[in-house]
Amino acid sequence: MFDAAAGHPAHLQHHFSDSEQQASASKLGMWLFLLTEMLLFGGLFAAYSIYRAWNPEMFYEAHKQLNIYLGMINTIVLISSSVTMALAIRSTQLSNRKLTVRFLVATLLFAAVFLVIKYLEYHHKFELGQLPGKYYTFTGLQGTNPHIFFSIYFMMTGLHGIHVIGGMGVISWMLYRTKRSQFSPAYYTPLEMTGLYWHLVDLIWIFLFPLLYLIG
Amino acid sequence: MDGIPAYNYLSSPKGWKSWLLTRDHKRIGLMYLFAIMFFFLVGGIFALMIRIQLLTPNQALVKAETYNQLFTLHGAVMIFLFIIPSIPASLGNFVLPQLLGAKDVAFPRLNLASWYIYVVGALFLMYSIFTGAADTGWTFYTPYSTQTTTSVIATTLGVFILGFSSIFTGLNFIVTIHKLRAPGMTWFSMPLFCWALYATGIIQILATPVLGITLVLLILERLFGIGIFDPAMGGDPVLYQHFFWFYSHPAVYIMILPGMGIISETISVFSHKKIFGYKAIAFSSLGIAFVSFMVWGHHMFTSGQSELAAMIFSFLTFLVGIPSGIKVFNWLATMYKGSISLAAPMIYTLMFLILFTIGGLTGIVLGALSVNVHMHGTYFVVAHFHYVMMGGTVMAFLAGLHYWWPKIWGRLYSEFWARVGALLTFIGFNMTFFTQFILGAKGMPRRYSTYLDQYQPLHGFSSIGSFILGAGFVVMAGYLIYSLFRGKPAGNNPWGGLTLEWTTTSPPPPENFLETPKITHGPYDYDKVIADNG
Repeated sequence: MFDAAAGHPAHLQHHFSDSEQQASASKLGMWLFLLTEMLLFGGLFAAYSIYRAWNPEMFYEAHKQLNIYLGMINTIVLISSSVTMALAIRSTQLSNRKLTVRFLVATLLFAAVFLVIKYLEYHHKFELGQLPGKYYTFTGLQGTNPHIFFSIYFMMTGLHGIHVIGGMGVISWMLYRTKRSQFSPAYYTPLEMTGLYWHLVDLIWIFLFPLLYLIG
Repeated sequence: MDGIPAYNYLSSPKGWKSWLLTRDHKRIGLMYLFAIMFFFLVGGIFALMIRIQLLTPNQALVKAETYNQLFTLHGAVMIFLFIIPSIPASLGNFVLPQLLGAKDVAFPRLNLASWYIYVVGALFLMYSIFTGAADTGWTFYTPYSTQTTTSVIATTLGVFILGFSSIFTGLNFIVTIHKLRAPGMTWFSMPLFCWALYATGIIQILATPVLGITLVLLILERLFGIGIFDPAMGGDPVLYQHFFWFYSHPAVYIMILPGMGIISETISVFSHKKIFGYKAIAFSSLGIAFVSFMVWGHHMFTSGQSELAAMIFSFLTFLVGIPSGIKVFNWLATMYKGSISLAAPMIYTLMFLILFTIGGLTGIVLGALSVNVHMHGTYFVVAHFHYVMMGGTVMAFLAGLHYWWPKIWGRLYSEFWARVGALLTFIGFNMTFFTQFILGAKGMPRRYSTYLDQYQPLHGFSSIGSFILGAGFVVMAGYLIYSLFRGKPAGNNPWGGLTLEWTTTSPPPPENFLETPKITHGPYDYDKVIADNG
């Protein structure tokens, strides 16, 4: 972990004067990146608010088509995955590599469960023809343009799903690096950044769930 | 003056791999510089084709459909491939760490990644040319953009990808400014260019993702007919305009703010006088960034938004004039009783001052509701936009390019030919675009491939101006390229600047400074320090 020739820790890049400066730069960069993620979703939240304000009754009728129980299970699953992610970081801080690996695997499993449940929900919607825009063929809903609700539903949950898959990729990479002993209590910045990202993915779902499934 | 130092970032390490995989901000800045200059040429050729077409009303060059693609390509290439990355990604990348006394930007790998992402986005745009270039205008307004058979998806996907490149540059700069200032460099002893890049970074981070999601929605609308922007399906095309301008209005400040930063540097250096109103200039950059998010509605005065909204947006638009005015008056006050030397960067700086002021004032004219209804969609808008963007940003970019050219290459260009080029550019620019103010006021609509005979003299005059403008750029390319081979060695500090990049060699060593620089004076302390022209 210590590069004797360079006279500084191996993880320290040449343009930083010390590890602390490097870590705080990474953290600021990550927060700014998360800000861009929020604004990316922000566009969809704006679209949701506008169409909801224009078609309150249609949104009310359409939201009943979503399965609250599956949504709730997925919420619990994602919150649990955030907990295991945080515990993985804690384990690295305590130099417990084995436990870190286990918690990261658990996080991956929770994420997979989330995607499987999401797949079941999507599958059901596809069968009923509750699809976005011009592919909408479902006839059991009153109100004007109910396909708009499903357009928004699929875009918001779809974009979120892509972020879950991306997160799983990064967590797998962190798992690999943890196994190769690249992190220690002195240096675990990438793991911590992954945690921040994962909590944001979780947080976005915590907004999506009530907006799409719960409020009538 | 000694020769070119043997140990510099251009020569070590050697080999093409050391360039393509470099993490050195100076090399990445240079790679950006080549890329944006290439696309400036491409966009410029499109512009000249437009002006050749409009020389006469006979549609001599292309048919109306092709003309639509031509001005769309001109706009898209110039906006997304040239002007947005221009100053920050090339000159900003090159000098920001040096201005701060740092070895590199905070995330060098991300910096390189942003260049490759830019190249990929550019390839998408180039690909679209060969598969039937988009004919929607660079704004991609729905519903036309969802119906036309041209390759809107390739173009917008390219723009979407370019957005990431822009975000990464902005993010990198903000973190660099926060975390990598040399010991002793406080926020208020930073050169003003850093403040400008900081304000730009804020807009890049906050606005670009919204454009990203907008373009994703547009692509989905085309692919799957999701109906969000389609009135037949309960959607709203004006929503697209709101989304688009929520990014694209702040984006014009992504384009102009870095230019204002460069002017704040050159005006002080070439007046040999301390910058007037440092804090006012610094905060007015942030002020512009702040106000820029609240004025997007002024693009939609005639799109059917409510009268109340239009009035509020009009009022807020006038507010932009305040921080911009603060800057202009501070620059003028800096020159007052200064010892002004008319070297090439200063000539471009003065050109910026004149042209940007005209562009800014006509912006106020367009921001007024009643005038806007008359001028909307005419050449007046085209002229205003080119005065701010080309008269403003491009002139500032050229000022910066000429200012830092000796630092980048270690060589000086010919001042005589620089003056010839600048003169041609200035005459050509005003002939081309001032004429278009008059055309617009007389009612010539934008984006038309032909026109009534009564506009012919003005259109002809404008086209001739554009050829002179083009000649100015050819001269510039000539003496700049010549200087690379035959230019006199520049020495460390040819202009007598007091900012840190002038304390190191030209071209600088890979790590910028052989030892961490000590801050002994402010960036503009001409009243206290006489620069060492070593």
